[in-house]
Amino acid sequence: MKSALKVTDLQVAIEGSHILQGVTFEVPVGGVTALLGRNGVGKTTTLRAILGLVPRSGAVQVLDHDVIEWPTFKIVRLGVGYVPEDRDVFSALSVEENLRLAESGPDARYNDIYQLFPELKERARQRAGTLSGGQQQMISIARAMLNGWPLLLVDEPSKGLAPRLVSEFADVLERVAQHATVLLVEQNLSVVKRLAKDIVVLDHGTVVHTGSARDLGDAQLVRQLLGVAGVA
Amino acid sequence: MSVFLSITFSGVALGAIYFLAASGLSLIYGLMDILNFAHGLFMTLGAYAGWAVAVHLPSSIGAPGLFALSVVAAVLGGALAAGITEVLFIRPLYGRPVSQILVTIGLDLAVVGLLLGGFGSNSVRIPVPLWLIEATKVGSANLPNVDFLAIALGLAVLFSLEWFLRRTRYGIIIRAGVENRDMVSALGIDVGKAFTLVFVIGGAMAGLAGLLYAVVFSGDLVSPLQGDSLLIFAFIVVVIGGLGSIRGSALAALIVGFVQDYTNLYLGGHSGFAEVGNLSVVLLLALVLEWRPRGLMGSVA
Amino acid sequence: MRAIKGLRRSTIVASVLLLLFAVVPLVGWHVPWVLPGTLDVVNSTGTLEVLALCFMFAGIALGYDVMFGFTGLLSLGPVLYFASGVYVFDIALTRWQWPLFPALALTLVVSFVLALVLGAIALRVDGIAFAMVTLAFAQAFFYLIEDNPHNLTGGDTGLAVSNLRLPSILSGAVANTRSIYWIALAFLVVTYAVVWLVTESVTGHVFVAIRENEARLNVLGIRPFRFKLASYVLSSLIASAGGVVYLLIIGTAVPSAVASTTVTLSVLIMVVLGGAGTRWGAVAGAIIYVYLQQYLLKIAALPSFTTLPAPLRVPLSQPQFLLGALFVLFVIFVPGGIAGLVGRLSTKRAAPSLASRWRDSKVAKAIEK
Repeated sequence: MKSALKVTDLQVAIEGSHILQGVTFEVPVGGVTALLGRNGVGKTTTLRAILGLVPRSGAVQVLDHDVIEWPTFKIVRLGVGYVPEDRDVFSALSVEENLRLAESGPDARYNDIYQLFPELKERARQRAGTLSGGQQQMISIARAMLNGWPLLLVDEPSKGLAPRLVSEFADVLERVAQHATVLLVEQNLSVVKRLAKDIVVLDHGTVVHTGSARDLGDAQLVRQLLGVAGVA
Repeated sequence: MSVFLSITFSGVALGAIYFLAASGLSLIYGLMDILNFAHGLFMTLGAYAGWAVAVHLPSSIGAPGLFALSVVAAVLGGALAAGITEVLFIRPLYGRPVSQILVTIGLDLAVVGLLLGGFGSNSVRIPVPLWLIEATKVGSANLPNVDFLAIALGLAVLFSLEWFLRRTRYGIIIRAGVENRDMVSALGIDVGKAFTLVFVIGGAMAGLAGLLYAVVFSGDLVSPLQGDSLLIFAFIVVVIGGLGSIRGSALAALIVGFVQDYTNLYLGGHSGFAEVGNLSVVLLLALVLEWRPRGLMGSVA
Repeated sequence: MRAIKGLRRSTIVASVLLLLFAVVPLVGWHVPWVLPGTLDVVNSTGTLEVLALCFMFAGIALGYDVMFGFTGLLSLGPVLYFASGVYVFDIALTRWQWPLFPALALTLVVSFVLALVLGAIALRVDGIAFAMVTLAFAQAFFYLIEDNPHNLTGGDTGLAVSNLRLPSILSGAVANTRSIYWIALAFLVVTYAVVWLVTESVTGHVFVAIRENEARLNVLGIRPFRFKLASYVLSSLIASAGGVVYLLIIGTAVPSAVASTTVTLSVLIMVVLGGAGTRWGAVAGAIIYVYLQQYLLKIAALPSFTTLPAPLRVPLSQPQFLLGALFVLFVIFVPGGIAGLVGRLSTKRAAPSLASRWRDSKVAKAIEK
């Protein structure tokens, strides 16, 4: 398998607005690839399009399968974990139920999860809607990791979190990336610099730069690609 | 006192039937965003199924046995009708929510038309065991046995539904799906199966509601237009209770049942309004909408 | 240039049709098979009555299309205003002995106030809840009429209009069916003109904007509520005026025919069948629906028909079943309605009709290649 994920000429239009106008990039197996770009440029939409959550055209290859015609659940079952931008935990369900839903088989790695996030075990029966943002993010990441799947799509995991938590989650992602491929959307450049091996930059609905994470050391390039939105 | 007791009791019985009719609607809307007009049809078909079974089976089974079979037939009939509807008519229209609503309207119209053709607007009578027609003396009030039946069945369904939603995997899937369908898919779960299941469960309860309504409030008579008139109240209960909430439906069903019965008792006959109960319910709806548009226990849509 | 040419073409077609319809009462030809009345003569009372009903419903469907097709509001309660049109007019003429024009004025004023009040309440919620609320209100109105408060409405048995206050040209016998026919036609024409003006105006474009993307309007500082209410009130007034015409045609008001939800559903079907959001679609849908309904009833009464075996005869003798089934087929396979079909056939460019665009606004079609 050459690449964990391959996207070719991906196009998405929502309510008359042509958000993705032909996005093409590859995500090599293993490690973290960061998807970067200014606010509103279509990073989240790209992840959702890969999963088939928005109508799209083009070609999408996930773990060597052509999935453009597939329904979302089938794509996910290939082994794709998803950590959405707004966490999207089910607030009416308990922590335990949220995790149970994510189970795809008997090999769910609850031990690993509870080791990483002991709070989830303590609060197993608590309604997810009553948890703090950080705790909800734990659920969101935990359920993506639960099955040990080979590909993770992670959308701004540090958004709205205190710096200490950001660092903790970065640790977690680092661990995950040892055994899986991660496509990470992230505005926080320090996290990106720490975790990512490769980067893909979006602008105006297409890819404007692909390269290694070291390119982020070039301040001028960063300003050009990301404007002043790059958080150091 | 005895008047108070019997009115309260019949109010609860009415509430039980409304709950049966409304909870399925509420779940279907909560999970699938569909205003299921065919729900009235499921109620009517359930009642007819109950009638058909009781009438065509040998009477040697005995009246209570036949009635029990009627109940089973009503539940199965409603479930079957709902299942067929979902698979044949709702699924092909996935992604077209307005079309889904319209198709349920068309189905309702077409099949009721068929029933009207077959039965005319005449009613058929469901055979019921004697004790159902009788009443039991509680204190100084005579409480109709049918009301006991309705309340018992309503409670049984409420508890079963709660158990299902809380203790089974599909129940959890449905609860999650009502909140966020996309995310459920993004966890690798085929929500389509949950759709069919929800329709079938809703249909089963609707069938039961239709049969009970005929027996409790319609003198054991079943007619083609019955389900649709009950449907209106089911809609009102769903909106007042909050779309997608079972507990909201239960609470709202009780309230609506009470309001209807009490206003009929205390205000009926005034200024020529024979059915002021119905009007009061609509007024209640208007009030709830002004004060709390998302219903008593609804989440923001 | 082509747009103007197209406009002229459709205007010509419409004018020709209008002319044809206008002269129908003067044509005494015998035409077998096709006509819905009992006599197969073009200007027989039966035929004229059916056609008048067609025009009346066409106007009502048009009004409904403004709210449903253009503004995107699925109301399940238009029958309320239709019924209020019928009954207020009837009560004023028959119970209170008012002269014609004051009765008419009262009817419109009452309907206007009702629409304003009920619309303001119903529009507090959106989408599905709005549909349910409008349904509930309409049903309440049905109960109200059936209750026969103060013996005004005649309850179940209905209220026949008294001829005392109607000018002789409108009441009674055969020759006057002609006048009523022309009034119904005039109602349709006037309604069409009004709807055309409104939907082509800025207000009309706001309606469409509400349907397509209400959130964006809020951002632009336009408050959709006012426009939705306007759309609702206009639609309701048209329905009430239609009710007045109905009373002139039929002469009696009976709750099961005038105030029941079946009327709402029929109007909805007419609009969807014809093609929502296209104006002429609603008209075509209504005319075809009403015509078919009467025609099917006529066929079902034929002696040769009654000899069919029951499993065939029963479904085929129920217009409600046939039309409902037709509706289901259209919703699944022809969502743009007749207008959508015609649009697809006649224009080379595959522009989705407003109707199908609205229905399938999940955007799969919006992906530009």
